Amino acid sequence: MTMQVSRRGFLKTSAAAVAALYVGFDPRGALAAGDTATEINPFVRIDADGTVTAVAKHFEMGQGTTTGLTTLIAEELDADWNRIEVDFAPADAARYKNLAWGSQGTGGSSAISNSFMQYREAGAAARDLLVRAAAAEWGVDAAAITVSEGVLRAANREGHFGQFVARAATLAPVEKPVLKSPDQFKLIGKLDLPRKDSAGKTDGSAVFAIDVKLPGMVYVAIKRSPRFGGSLKSFDAAQAKQVGGYLDAKALPNGAGVAVYAHNTWSAFRARDAIEAEWDFSAAENRDTDAMLQAHRELAKAPQFNAGKTTPADAEAAIAAAAETVEAEFVFPYLAHAPMEPLNCVIEPTANGVRFHDGCQGPSFVQGAISKVLGLEPAQIEIVTVYAGGSFGRRATPTSDYQVEAALAFDLLGRKTPVKLVWSREDDIRGGYYRGMALHQTRIGLGGDGRILGWDHRIVTRPILKGTFMEGYFVKNGVDKTSVEGVADTLYRLPAHAVGLSDFDSPVTTLWWRSVGHTHSAYVMESLLDMLARSSDRDPVELRLSLLDRGDPQQSRMAGVIETARDMAGWKPGDRRGFAAHFSFNTWVAVVAEVTAQGNKVHVDKLHIAVDCGIAVNPDVVVAQMEGGAGYALNAVMREEITFRNGEVEQSNFPDYQPLRITDMPQIEVVIVPSAEAPSGVGEPATPPTGPAVANAVFAATGIRITELPMTKAGLQFV
Amino acid sequence: MKFTLNINGSPREVDAEPGTPLLWVIRDELELTGTKFGCGVAACGACTVHYNGTPIRSCSFPVDAAVGNQITTIEGLEGKVAEAVQAAWRERDVVQCGYCQSGQIMSAVGLLSTNTSPSDSDIDNAMGGNACRCATYVRIRDAVKLAAGKLEA
Ligand code: FES
Ligand code: FES
Repeated sequence: MTMQVSRRGFLKTSAAAVAALYVGFDPRGALAAGDTATEINPFVRIDADGTVTAVAKHFEMGQGTTTGLTTLIAEELDADWNRIEVDFAPADAARYKNLAWGSQGTGGSSAISNSFMQYREAGAAARDLLVRAAAAEWGVDAAAITVSEGVLRAANREGHFGQFVARAATLAPVEKPVLKSPDQFKLIGKLDLPRKDSAGKTDGSAVFAIDVKLPGMVYVAIKRSPRFGGSLKSFDAAQAKQVGGYLDAKALPNGAGVAVYAHNTWSAFRARDAIEAEWDFSAAENRDTDAMLQAHRELAKAPQFNAGKTTPADAEAAIAAAAETVEAEFVFPYLAHAPMEPLNCVIEPTANGVRFHDGCQGPSFVQGAISKVLGLEPAQIEIVTVYAGGSFGRRATPTSDYQVEAALAFDLLGRKTPVKLVWSREDDIRGGYYRGMALHQTRIGLGGDGRILGWDHRIVTRPILKGTFMEGYFVKNGVDKTSVEGVADTLYRLPAHAVGLSDFDSPVTTLWWRSVGHTHSAYVMESLLDMLARSSDRDPVELRLSLLDRGDPQQSRMAGVIETARDMAGWKPGDRRGFAAHFSFNTWVAVVAEVTAQGNKVHVDKLHIAVDCGIAVNPDVVVAQMEGGAGYALNAVMREEITFRNGEVEQSNFPDYQPLRITDMPQIEVVIVPSAEAPSGVGEPATPPTGPAVANAVFAATGIRITELPMTKAGLQFV
Repeated sequence: MKFTLNINGSPREVDAEPGTPLLWVIRDELELTGTKFGCGVAACGACTVHYNGTPIRSCSFPVDAAVGNQITTIEGLEGKVAEAVQAAWRERDVVQCGYCQSGQIMSAVGLLSTNTSPSDSDIDNAMGGNACRCATYVRIRDAVKLAAGKLEA
């Protein structure tokens, strides 16, 4: 049988004559159940034929959420894994908010951790209702009933879930259902539980937004300013009109570009490319990459904000007394996310508003942004969430950039015609919302015995969240948390550790990129520890362990993954491989990297990865996320960069923004540290330590210390 | 202009501008959306289909040249090799976002149709043009080998 995301429409079938049981929570958060979805916020539905449907409040970009959330329901329900389907929740923050944020959306590797109790409680409540219904039907004691793989049994009676849904829907759920203890888990932690999305993604039937086609729909591509911050002065569509399938071209009201309409994607792209446009670049980014880097260096001279526990003066004083100092500057380029499915979405009119079809990462963001653009209430904006062909953060922007483009193009046509916004790969590579350029300047003072005495750390980057609606939560005393995370909150005990921050200003938009600030901070911290170990002739693993206090639970778990990685890789003092570890998204990851080098030719052979993410709900998904997160980092540190010439992006497509290839991929061995702690993130945490582990391995193999990324800049060639 | 194509074993008439990449005819006109758009310049393999059984990048292949030839998309895959590859992909749970996987599978089926015991370098050559931003490559390699094993058994 094929398992895939249910196409039946979870909330639409309540009028059907057949009975169904819905279990979820009421608006106050109390467990609720019934035979329709109208009064409750359902997390699970059970049909009369015994089919169970889990409602995923998080989108699926490949990270395995549809499998993870379904596992939580199925576990407590004792459902048959082969007869449980998944459907995506509608946009409705009151019902389906991320409990870590308070609005509906996916990010920060929080999907499983915030849902862990909520989904299990819904599953357990449904199980309890079915048991009580069966007990009444059979005239037996509820305690005499056992449940296994979707079947209830008592003495010589048995029946599947569906036979009891009608009666169960008339019962009130208990206030607090009894949850299983970890030793009772059958699905959580099971190694070979198949993913829910495998079948549909291997026969071409899985639906992504780019696959949505509605009757009467037109396609729109946007001609955007070639420089960030440019605005449209005028345009000429004479050449575009010659393109077959061309329909129309209209200036976007916000000056951001020209919406070019056509009968199909290919015509939209060609007609868009044929538009001649004049731009006003007076407020645009007009610099080259080098000038932007120089501006970062200027800003590093006098940090604007203090993000550390020590003042720079105290760090300076400590360093002044040092026997030896280690100094380094690290430079990180702009990076594009380049999800495999280029950005796109479909917007169509409804009776009282609009409906999006979108691989939607932040439904609440989109409702907020679009309500302003179209003058609607958030509730008038429906969102049908479909599979997303990757995101790495790009599909959730505080401005909802691409959904706003679609809404503006839809509005310009009179709000009657369904519009599909399509981005080409060139649009994507040049479309901004990058991982920003970042500069770190560091000075560390060591005593004669190699002990760290003081640490002056300066960071310059463009803040991601300052000036957005999330500022209040993430910016304190001028410090955007995402600029300094991984340094200011390092788990290592560092004396006299000052962290200065300056904000770089540019119209080039920046965004979270798989692991956010940790993308650069972990590289710096873990390269520095390697440098300190080498300069004081200490083993890099021992040095790290000496900086951790096992009396502190977080530091102790850090030590745990460090030791696990050390042991799985058979690391010995004097080892000539690369080591790194990092804590992010409440998860600890340590990596040992093995490379071979011949001259400047390098191949990454193997990564040993140890992860502590609490209870691993789906261990194989955790392993997959370690592989994917490591590969994503590897790609970036090896050869990815977005550069500017007179403010224009120099790269355009995969030939010059080269994705990782199968030939680049190392072998990967993952060990999940056993844990009874609550689950934490897995989508991002493998990314931060992988880059520095490889860099440290490259140093061990070649003597080249790479402090400016990508590594190809140092003349390395990856073969 | 009207073209008659042979897609997945059936004749299909389409109206398209001459020179339109086969990809867009397959996706936008024929609504066979399992074949994906990733780059448009033959650099990612998301759009891979079979042309008389051989993998090609449909984004860089004009519809005109498809006339008179057998085009197979992921939806039309059948036979022992395809079954072995798809089963191996599911057993290994290769997919993450899944967007590249139709193309990966079309390339893998192309490889195993002519070479049932590929070496690592055969796999590198056949799969090197298929990018996966989710980096599922460890499993892709394993699944190709698993499928090869199934075909030999
Ligand atoms: S879309 Fe054809 S190779 Fe990328
Ligand atoms: S599975 Fe996402 S791009 Fe390959």
